Amino acid sequence: MLSIKNLHASIEDKPILRGLDLEVKPGEVHAIMGPNGSGKSTLSYVLAGKDDYEVTEGSATLDGQDLFALAADERAAAGLFLAFQYPLEIPGVATMTFLKAAVNAQRRARGEGDLPTPQFMKLVREKADGLGISTDMLKRGLNVGFSGGEKKRNEILQMALLEPKLCVLDETDSGLDIDALKVVSEGVNALRAQNRAFVVITHYQRLLDHITPDVVHVMAKGRIVRTGGPELAHELEARGYADYVGEAAA
Amino acid sequence: MNAEVRSIRTAAETALSEIFASAFAGLPGDSAVAERRRTAFDAFKAAGLPSRRVEDWKYTDLRALMRDAKPIAGAPDGVMIAAARGALAPYAAIDATRVTFVNGRFVEELSDLATAEGVSVTLLKDALVNGAGVEALSDGVSPAGNVAVALNAAFVADGVVVSVAPGVTASRPIHVANVQAGSEHAAYGRVVARVGEGGNVLLIESHIGDAGAHQTNSVIMLDVADGARAELVKIQDESLDTLHLATLAVRLGAKAELKTFALAAGARAARQQIYVSFTGDGSTAEIRGAGFAGASRHLDTTLVVDHDAVGCSSREHFKTALDGEARSVFQGKIVVKPGAQKTDGKMMAQALLLSEGAEADAKPELEIFADDVVCGHGATVGALDDELLFYLKSRGIPQKEAEALMVQAFVGEVIETIEHEGLREVVTDRALAWLTART
Amino acid sequence: MPAVQETVARVREIDVDQYKYGFVTDIESDRAEKGLSEDTVRFISAKKGEPEWMLEWRLDAYRRWRTMVEPNWARVDYPPIAYDELYYYSAPKSTPGPKTLDEVDPELLRTYEKLGIPLREQEILAGVEQRRVAVDAVFDSVSVATTFKKELAQAGVIFCPISEAIREHPELVKKYLGSVVPTSDNFFATLNSAVFSDGSFVYVPKGVRCPMELSTYFRINEQNTGQFERTLIIADEGSFVSYLEGCTAPMRDENQLHAAVVELVAHDDAEIKYSTVQNWYPGDAEGKGGIYNFVTKRGDCRGKNSKISWTQVETGSAITWKYPSCILRGDGSRGEFYSIAISNGRQQVDSGTKMIHLGKNTTSKIISKGISAGRSQNTYRGLVSAHRKATNARNFTNCDSLLIGDECGAHTVPYLEAKTSTAVFEHEATTSKISDDQKFYCLQRGLSEEEAVALIVNGFVKDVLQQLPMEFAVEAQKLISISLEGSVG
Repeated sequence: MLSIKNLHASIEDKPILRGLDLEVKPGEVHAIMGPNGSGKSTLSYVLAGKDDYEVTEGSATLDGQDLFALAADERAAAGLFLAFQYPLEIPGVATMTFLKAAVNAQRRARGEGDLPTPQFMKLVREKADGLGISTDMLKRGLNVGFSGGEKKRNEILQMALLEPKLCVLDETDSGLDIDALKVVSEGVNALRAQNRAFVVITHYQRLLDHITPDVVHVMAKGRIVRTGGPELAHELEARGYADYVGEAAA
Repeated sequence: MNAEVRSIRTAAETALSEIFASAFAGLPGDSAVAERRRTAFDAFKAAGLPSRRVEDWKYTDLRALMRDAKPIAGAPDGVMIAAARGALAPYAAIDATRVTFVNGRFVEELSDLATAEGVSVTLLKDALVNGAGVEALSDGVSPAGNVAVALNAAFVADGVVVSVAPGVTASRPIHVANVQAGSEHAAYGRVVARVGEGGNVLLIESHIGDAGAHQTNSVIMLDVADGARAELVKIQDESLDTLHLATLAVRLGAKAELKTFALAAGARAARQQIYVSFTGDGSTAEIRGAGFAGASRHLDTTLVVDHDAVGCSSREHFKTALDGEARSVFQGKIVVKPGAQKTDGKMMAQALLLSEGAEADAKPELEIFADDVVCGHGATVGALDDELLFYLKSRGIPQKEAEALMVQAFVGEVIETIEHEGLREVVTDRALAWLTART
Repeated sequence: MPAVQETVARVREIDVDQYKYGFVTDIESDRAEKGLSEDTVRFISAKKGEPEWMLEWRLDAYRRWRTMVEPNWARVDYPPIAYDELYYYSAPKSTPGPKTLDEVDPELLRTYEKLGIPLREQEILAGVEQRRVAVDAVFDSVSVATTFKKELAQAGVIFCPISEAIREHPELVKKYLGSVVPTSDNFFATLNSAVFSDGSFVYVPKGVRCPMELSTYFRINEQNTGQFERTLIIADEGSFVSYLEGCTAPMRDENQLHAAVVELVAHDDAEIKYSTVQNWYPGDAEGKGGIYNFVTKRGDCRGKNSKISWTQVETGSAITWKYPSCILRGDGSRGEFYSIAISNGRQQVDSGTKMIHLGKNTTSKIISKGISAGRSQNTYRGLVSAHRKATNARNFTNCDSLLIGDECGAHTVPYLEAKTSTAVFEHEATTSKISDDQKFYCLQRGLSEEEAVALIVNGFVKDVLQQLPMEFAVEAQKLISISLEGSVG
C-alpha cells in the first residue's frame, strides 16, 4: 500500500531524512520508534506534503500513486490521513463546520456528491459518541479551548469520518493520560481493517501496549536502522535508543 | 506635511526669523554647516509653526502653544551655575561620564569627561567646525520637514558627540544634563551618538528647569551598528512654564538592540518625538515611557517605528497619569514596509484620568505592507478602578493615598524596566514627588 | 461547501473578471443631460414632481457644493472625477411609477431575479421560516418596486421610495431630512443632497415593532451614471426596525460614482438595526472600472436609551469611502458598528466608524474585521470621542486585520478622544496573516487551499457575521453560511 524508497528530505537545506525505505501492506500496523531528532515527525510531514519540506531524492507511493506529484489536499483525498502531534486551533470555525467541509471536499474529489446534512449529522453523532465527544465540543471553535485529550480524540474522530486508506499517527500518545490514551487507542483499533494500514510514530512503547503493531521499525538519523516484531518495542523500552544513535552515526 | 501657503506670520514666526537673522553669523560651524542651517530654517519658514490642521500636530497645536519666541540664552553666570549644581544633586550618586549644559552652554566645572578606552565623548561645537558638522545636523530618520528638528538644526550651537568603538562596552553611562536657569530664554541641545558593531552603552539625558518660561529643543541622533546595544533613559523635568520639544532619531543596524525610556514630568507643554528605523535584520527595540501632568499641562508623545528589515521586533508601552485640566496626546505608528517579513510589533498606550477635567487623545496606528507579520496595538483611557479604590479605603487608607498607590502601580510597570538601579530610583522618586505634591 | 466557495470567490477571484453580478440589463432609459448645473437639479426635481421647498433645498445644496473641495485625507488614490461628464439622473423608461409589480418591466424583474432578490413575495417565503422581508428596489436612480406595502401600512409603518415620501409625507421629510447629515456636511453628501433621485424612506411609529425586515436593493445599470440614493429612517419612541441594504452593479470599463446618504433617527427607547451587503462591481484585476463608493451614513441616537447598530459586509467597489457613525446624544444610548471589509485586486477600502458620545451613560462597541488580498489597500479609520458632559461614556473597539499575500496593505488609524475622566475606552487591534500551520491542517483533511483560506476567513469574521439578520444570510446567498452550526444540538 505505502511504498517509500530511498527517501531524502531536508528543511532549509538541512538534510533530515537520509535514504529511508518502508513498505506497508494493507491491514498492517507499523510502528516507527526512535530518539528525538531522528526525523520521525519529518517523515509524517513529508508524506502529508507540508511546505518547507523538500524532497531531494527518492519516492513514495500510495497504492501505486506517486504522493510527491500530489498537493497536500490531493494526498488527503487519495486516502492519506495524518493525525497531528499538535492539532491546530482555528477560532471561529465550529468543529462541526470543519468536519463537514473536510468530508465533502474529499467526497467531491472522489467524484461523489456532498453528503446531505441530516445524514452527515447522524454519522458524526455516531462516531463522536464512541469517542466521548460531546455535542458541545462539536459546536465550539475547532480545537479552541480543547484539552490535550480532547484534541487527540478529535483527530481520531476525523480519521473515522474520512475513512482513509493509510493513517499516520504522529506521537498521538504525547500529552495523554492513561484514560485518554485508552479512548484514543480504542478508537484507532476500531478502525483497523483489511484494506487500511497504520503507521504509528511514537517515542515510547506505551502506546503500543494498546495498539499492537505487526511490525516495529527503529529510526535514527533519518533512516530505518532496524526492523522487527512487537518484541522490538519492549527491547527498546528496556535498553533505550543509545545504541541506535551510535549505529546510524557510524 | 500640508504645506499651506500662508502670507500672515505669527508673532512667534516673525520673532524666530529675526532671531535667526541676527544669530546666524555667530553660530558655530564651517560654511557647509552654515548652508545646512540655512536650508533647515528655510524649511521651517516654508511650513511655519504647525497648527492642528496639520495631521501630525492635530492634537498639539504648536502655533497656539508657542505664542512668542524666546531669545537665545547668554552664558550662565555664577549664580546660575550654583543653581544648576543644586539641580543636579539627584544624579550625584550615579557614576557617569557627565556633560553638563546650563542654558545650552557647556559648563566644565559641572562636567566629568573622563571615559574608558574605546569610548569618546566630545563637544558638538568642535564637530561643527572640523568637517563632521553637516552629518551631525542631519539625522536621516525623522520625517523630512519636521519643524522641531529643523529649528534645532538651524539654531543648535553645542551638544555632545559620543562614539563607542566596535566591541566596546562603555563601563560608565554617559549622562548629558541640560539645566535651564534664568527668567526666559531658548536653548537648543543635540546628542550625536554612534555605537560601533557589537558595542554597548547606556545614555542618560536629563532636562532640569527652574521657574523660568523657557523654550527648549533637543535632538538625539543615535546610530546603533550591527550587533550593538544602546539603552537610553531620558528624564524631562523642565520648569512648569517651559515649552519643550524633543526628538529621538534612532537608526538600528542588524541584530542590534535598543531600549529606551522617557519620563515626562515637567514642562507646560512637551512633545517627545521618537523615530526608530530598523534598517538591518533581526533587531529589537523596546520603547517605553511614563508621564504625569496636572494643571493645564500638555504632554505629547509622537512615535513612529519603521520596520524596513526582516525579523525585527518592537515593543512600545507608554503610560500617562493626568490630573487637573491636563491633556495627554499619544500618536504612535508602527510601519511595516514591503518585504519586512516576520515583523513582530506591539504597541500599548494607556492614560489614567484622575480628575474630571483631564483629557486624553490617542491615535495608535498600524501601517502594514507585508503579510507575514504579527502586529498589534492597544489603547486604554479611563479613571482609577473604583472598586479597588474602595477596597484600599476600606482598609483605612485615605483617598489621595490610595490614589497615589494605584498611580504608582500604574506607572511602576514601565519604570521597573529601567535596568540601571540608580536611575530607576531617580525616576521613581520623581514620580513619588509628583504624587505627594497632589495630596 | 458552496458557501465556502463563494467566500473564496470573494477573497480570491474578485479580480479575475468573474464578478457574477456583472450583467447589463438592456432597458431603454430616460436620462438627464450630461453634467451638473442648476438645470440638472431642476430637471431631477421636476421629474420627481417635487414641491418648491424641496427644489430650494436641493438648489441650496448645489450652490454650496460648487464652493466645496473633494476631501483627500483618506488612504485612497484615484484620478480626478469629471463631475461634468456624468449623468445625474437615469430612470428606466417604462416607469413613471409602476403601481404594482405586474406593471414593472419584466426585463427589470428578470434582473432582480438574476441578483437573487426575492422581489415577488412568494419567493421570499421559500426557504425562510415564516419570516418575510419587504423589499424596495432601486434601479439606477429610481425606486421600481416596493413590496408588502399594504401589510406594513396596517402596522402604521411607512416604507416607500423617498420621492413618494416627499409628496405624501412632507411634514416628516421636512422635519428629518438633513437633520443628521446636513446639506453642508461633506463634499459627497452635499452633492447627494443636490441630485439624489430616490432611495428609501421608513417611518416606524411610536411603540411599533416593525413586523418584518425591510430591505432595499440598489443596482447601477446605466453607463456613466452616478447613483445618489438617499435613505431616511425614523424610529419613533419605543419602536424597532431592522433594515437591510444590498448593492450590485454591472461590469463597466469606466468607473461609476455612487454617493449615497443614509440618515437614521432613533427616538427614546427606539432601536434601528441597519445591515449592508455591499457588492458593487470592484473593477478588474488591473483596477479598470469599478464603483467609486463615497457614502455618508450616520445615525442619531436622539432619544434616551435609543440604540443604533450598523453591520456591514463590504466586498465590492473599486474604492470604498464610508464611515457609518453614531451620534450618541440621548442619555443611555448605544451605538454599535460591526464590519467585514474584504479587498482584493486593486480595490481600496478606507472605512470605519465614528462614535460620538454626547449624552450621559452612553456606550459603543466597534468590531472591525479587515481582510486584504491581491494588491489591495484596506484601511480602518475610526473615531471614538467622549465630550465633557458625556459622563460614564464607554467604548470597546476591536480591529483585526488579516493579510493574504505580500502585495497588499492593511492599515489601522483609530482616533480616541476622551474629554471626561469618567470615560473608559478600550481599543485593541491586531494584524496577522493566515497561519501556514492552520492552512496545512485543513489541506491534510482534504480541503483545497482556497477552501482552507475561506474556512479560516469565515472563522475570522464570525463575530460580525453573527450580527446579520437570518434573512440577510439567505438573501446574500452563499456569502455567509451559518446553517450547519445552527443545526447542531
